[in-house]
Amino acid sequence: MVNDVKIAGVGMTPFGRHRERTVREMFGDAAGEAFEDADVPRDAVEEVFFGNYMGEFAEQQGHQGPLAAEAAGVQAPATRIDSACASSGVAVRLGYEKVRSGLADVVLVGGGERMTNLSTPDGTEALSAAADALWEIRAGMTFPGAYSLMANRYFHEYGGSREDLAHIAVKNHDHAVDNELAQFQRAISVEEVLDAATICSPFGMFDCSPMSDGASAALLVSDEFAAEHNLDAPVRIRGAGQHSDNFALGDRASMCHTPAADRAAEMAFEDAGIGPDDIDVAEVHDCFTIAEVLALESLGLYEPGEAISAARNGETAIDGDLPVNLSGGLKAKGHPVGATGCGQISELTKLLRGDHVNSDAVEDATTGVTHNAGGTVASCVVHVLEVDG
Amino acid sequence: MSYDARDDGYDDFLDAVEDGEPYYLESPSGNGWLPPRNCDPETGETDLVEKPLPETGDVLTQTTTHVSGPTFADDAPYVVAVASFGPVNITGQMRGVDDVEIGQQVTLGIDQTETTGDRVIVFRPVE
Repeated sequence: MVNDVKIAGVGMTPFGRHRERTVREMFGDAAGEAFEDADVPRDAVEEVFFGNYMGEFAEQQGHQGPLAAEAAGVQAPATRIDSACASSGVAVRLGYEKVRSGLADVVLVGGGERMTNLSTPDGTEALSAAADALWEIRAGMTFPGAYSLMANRYFHEYGGSREDLAHIAVKNHDHAVDNELAQFQRAISVEEVLDAATICSPFGMFDCSPMSDGASAALLVSDEFAAEHNLDAPVRIRGAGQHSDNFALGDRASMCHTPAADRAAEMAFEDAGIGPDDIDVAEVHDCFTIAEVLALESLGLYEPGEAISAARNGETAIDGDLPVNLSGGLKAKGHPVGATGCGQISELTKLLRGDHVNSDAVEDATTGVTHNAGGTVASCVVHVLEVDG
Repeated sequence: MSYDARDDGYDDFLDAVEDGEPYYLESPSGNGWLPPRNCDPETGETDLVEKPLPETGDVLTQTTTHVSGPTFADDAPYVVAVASFGPVNITGQMRGVDDVEIGQQVTLGIDQTETTGDRVIVFRPVE
């Protein structure tokens, strides 16, 4: 039995600095919004997959699967997913597979993270734990450092500059200006990006996504359930893919490509029966400016070495040929790491349905893709979404 | 955080560098890996053997870290680099040079961090 998987409802708290809010409280809000959006009763849920990465660091709280289900008012098998920053993207994929295979008709997926109650150094150290504790962290590598290593290698192999990267930050801030769920609802200039304090060369502060608090949720249902309950669910997950890579950056065949994303994208497009040329809009994992470049190339939306100039040329802007990160991306919408992947699903669903603040820019779009990465892309999950014509 | 307990494989490698006999693990397919490994992750081959690490490596990429975690707070700013030593790439901190270029030839060594006094892999430019 193979079901079509509909996204019956989505919910997302505003991402930003909400340092006194617990993950359980935020996920309760996001899930409640998803139930209301879907018009699905809580007792219909058969399984919960919940993404969370750093609960032990930030809240001294592990074992968050049943805690999340309780917060959502759901009594069902519940599992916490840790795949670093791809945690809730993986939760979405597991829910998708559960429904698609016919093992369940209704699955609640999502994630949550609390980060800003930690100091910047402590948050930096917590995030670093997603890298290799022996061979990377003990050399002093941080996550901005890891992506800086990738950026400098990219520049060496393909060219490009800090200014090219700055245009990515500027674009994503522009996209977030009217998004009430975004952490930074303000435009920035290329000059501001270039003049910002250096975090790890070549990155300044504006090349890096922020520490954020927030939660996201989605209700995935079978097409049969949607029809029986007369749900208004025009968006479906048409394909999904996930892959892994060698854990340490240095153990990869290349430091300026992301093979896990290549393979996840190939799987998702094969599952969907379409290709990159069919994509109208994308939400990709721009945890650092270079990450958007690597994502677009792995998705096959650009050839290797060519996405570096996409933002500068306006191609990925709201009025470009391929709008990327209309939500503001991780860069401006915010990056509560365990909530990010499902947050992309929530934002893209709204963009395709027509009820996102930036939907008018893609009113003819029928197909979109999300790309959610964990670590230095040792994990990656890709989803292809489609709206009824 | 400071590391009191030894980590098999990793600390053995650091000891070997300090003793002037660094090594890597090679699989029958010729792939090289840092320890600890039970198998070649690309091929699944389990009969790995120790091979001597080349004496010099080449910097593949580098970054200067200005904002660190607490474990390296007193070390910042510092340069992290990845260098290739034959079939394996190693991540470490640069010492003894202000401007690191990709392609710079380096040797491998062990130093201590300013913040915790823990051992850290370092690279020094080839004279």
